[in-house]
Amino acid sequence: MTVPLTLLGLIEREPRHGYDLKRDYDTYFGRGKPLSFGQVYSTLSRLARDGKVVISDLEPGEGPDRKRYVITDAGASEVETWLREPVAAEPHLQTVLFAKVTLALMLGRDAEAYLDTQRAAHLQRMRELTEIKRSGGPVDALLADHGLFHLEADLRWIDLTVARLDAIAQEVRT
Amino acid sequence: MTIIEARNVVLSFGETPALRGADLAVAEGELLAIMGPSGSGKSTLLHCLAGILVPDSGEILFEGRRVDQLGETARSSLRRDKFGFVFQFGQLVPELSAQENVALPLLLNGVRRAAAVAEARTWFGRLGLDGLEHRRSGELSGGQAQRVALARGLVARPRVLFTDEPTGALDSLTGEHVMDLLVGSAREQGTTVVLVTHEARVAAYADREVVVRDGKVHSLTAEVIA
Repeated sequence: MTVPLTLLGLIEREPRHGYDLKRDYDTYFGRGKPLSFGQVYSTLSRLARDGKVVISDLEPGEGPDRKRYVITDAGASEVETWLREPVAAEPHLQTVLFAKVTLALMLGRDAEAYLDTQRAAHLQRMRELTEIKRSGGPVDALLADHGLFHLEADLRWIDLTVARLDAIAQEVRT
Repeated sequence: MTIIEARNVVLSFGETPALRGADLAVAEGELLAIMGPSGSGKSTLLHCLAGILVPDSGEILFEGRRVDQLGETARSSLRRDKFGFVFQFGQLVPELSAQENVALPLLLNGVRRAAAVAEARTWFGRLGLDGLEHRRSGELSGGQAQRVALARGLVARPRVLFTDEPTGALDSLTGEHVMDLLVGSAREQGTTVVLVTHEARVAAYADREVVVRDGKVHSLTAEVIA
């Protein structure tokens, strides 16, 4: 869902060709997962079909003509709405972490060992993100911080859960 | 190579056990984070490693030599000559200027005053403290005071820097800046760092973390995950 809106936002910043959009997206948002050209052009076709962008001009070249995309009022309004609306708070407790701990306790297995292992995995990832922050620019730091704060929240939950394991075990085993 | 080590360290405060057989080895040049809940014994372990506290039983070794068997004077010399310290609230000497605070470990090590102050001043540019050399601790912000404390901890090029919640009193951004400087400076001069923190984001600056629970050390390594 975020790819079309992100591309739309990049077009609002400046009318762009598909190739430039892919480059901008990969630079700022790709993070090791670059968009395929197929995805870029199919998304642009849909945005054009839905009246969010229009083609301002065709630039002849050696291959097919290059299309330059410009955002419409409807497109700009959609970007504006998207940027204003909060993202739904993710229900982290429904995730695999919760399921694993609860199941381990139900089955009488070593939930603390699992949580310790998970803790080490989280901290390893936090170390990687910290290194990205230390060696990268402010945009890298922005993204890394988002990951770091989420991982930190998980870690707090892990620590608290470790401290409460006995009480939780009593409840889920009855 | 191990530079500092705790072997089966036990220590109680009166009837209250703080460490119940703690084992830990820190490699030379390593940045190690000691984490754990409040009251778990993590600060006590740091104080034992640094020769501030003497365990009831067990061994503390620095470069292969027993620290726990040294008398107070010898441990004091060891701390002065080989170790640096940075604590949560900086603990600068309020009567001294920032540059005198930084120069203090050098003066205590017998460096002449002019040379000590000259060396101290080199740290002000390095840590973004230019122009603050003559301020007293009361005239510094929390982040500035902690950077002065960091300079004081590293100025004598200690073999090991012990630091307990170095960003505990700082906001996130200032704390991050202090950690960047701490890690950068320690790496630059090859100082081993033993860092006590309850904050995962601070621990993430370290090469490795251990968790102290109920007075024992739990090592959590990548091998556990594999």
